[in-house]
Amino acid sequence: MAIRSVASRRTLAGLKETSSRVLGLRGIQTFTLPDLPYDYSALEPAISGEIMQIHHQKHHQTYVTNYNNALEQLDQAVNNGDASTVVKLHSAIKFNGGGHVNHSIFWKNLAPVNQGGGEPPKGALGGAIDTHFGSLEGLVKKMSAEGAALQGSGWVWLGLDKELKKLVVDTTANQDPLVTKGGSLVPLVGIDVWEHAYYLQYKNVRPDYLKNVWKVINWNYASEVYEKEC
Amino acid sequence: MAASAAVTANYVLKPPPYPLDALEPHMSKQTLEFHWGKHHRAYVDNLKKQVLGSELEGKALEHIIQNTYNNGDLLPPFNNAAQAWNHEFFWESMKPGGGGKPSGELLALLERDFTSYEKFYDEFNAAAATQFGAGWAWLAYADNKLKVVKTPNAVNPLVLGSFPLLTIDVWEHAYYLDFQNRRPDYIKTFMNNLVSWEAVSSRLEAAKAASA
Repeated sequence: MAIRSVASRRTLAGLKETSSRVLGLRGIQTFTLPDLPYDYSALEPAISGEIMQIHHQKHHQTYVTNYNNALEQLDQAVNNGDASTVVKLHSAIKFNGGGHVNHSIFWKNLAPVNQGGGEPPKGALGGAIDTHFGSLEGLVKKMSAEGAALQGSGWVWLGLDKELKKLVVDTTANQDPLVTKGGSLVPLVGIDVWEHAYYLQYKNVRPDYLKNVWKVINWNYASEVYEKEC
Repeated sequence: MAASAAVTANYVLKPPPYPLDALEPHMSKQTLEFHWGKHHRAYVDNLKKQVLGSELEGKALEHIIQNTYNNGDLLPPFNNAAQAWNHEFFWESMKPGGGGKPSGELLALLERDFTSYEKFYDEFNAAAATQFGAGWAWLAYADNKLKVVKTPNAVNPLVLGSFPLLTIDVWEHAYYLDFQNRRPDYIKTFMNNLVSWEAVSSRLEAAKAASA
């Protein structure tokens, strides 16, 4: 299972490859594409099976592959004491590592209707949403508006500021993870507003995607994360 | 920085200089219908609403772009203004039966500044492929030299002090219906089949004249 998506190995400066496929020569951990806990078509009609398949198998896989490549190059540069290469690699790591982190959360943020997708949050998170945003509708309206207004590519998030113990709505550009907006921010729900997340189905009408995606948001997962941090 | 004369000063959704199906099979009619008919149209319409009643109303598009770039700390009208400009420039950067290698003075300059057309091709390709997220790749002219530039979101070389000569839109909406995630295939198709070197040449003449 882990083997099929591991990046190809590189020989480091004359040293032989280890026999391990997942751990690099010096034990750097590389990453694999996580499986979805539902079929590609299970989120229809909110998100088409075609989009889910391309989004997962192409976009997310590419982030994983490129992230692994960047990590291997980083490992080599660190071992060689090559400071400028280490610095140069940071944007590739941020783009691709961020892409992997964000999409891994996203797949858990979604669920088919028959697995709880769209069911409003109860318990502690439900209460916190009412406290901070007035109601779930208030939160949805705010996140949808910010997601629609985002220029270019990025994400809209519901996060928990675990230090201030409050919920926040924020956006990040490109594949920046939520933590880049604040070190104490924990992502609860992220909605991908890159065009690849909706274009084949909704074309230019991002607001329609944002209206419909809530029907498959997995509030159970968000509640679990929230309760763990509180 | 002096204007590229081809882009209109008033806020009009100018149609591409060819029918919407004329770039097939390299760029589909469906793509043009959405990209020009919806995306580009929205930038123009939203810009009009945005500058209505403000001091920017009625000002040339390039004036708005230069005055709202604000050294990267973008003022609200920048996105709509720059994207309106960029898209008109993009349609005019392509033609049916385009692409391939230019000839004459343009080829000579590419060979002078990139060593060979192939090196230019690779560099332009790489810029377009590695502009992360939404953005554009450009052939631009500054200080008597041709260079390849990539920009994020709505930014264009006008605000960076150079004359745009050619552009490819690498926002996902530009290629997703035809190529899905395969941006490299889209870029190659653009280079091999769509580039209007005539447009590039006339822009270069304008740029040289403006620099003189």
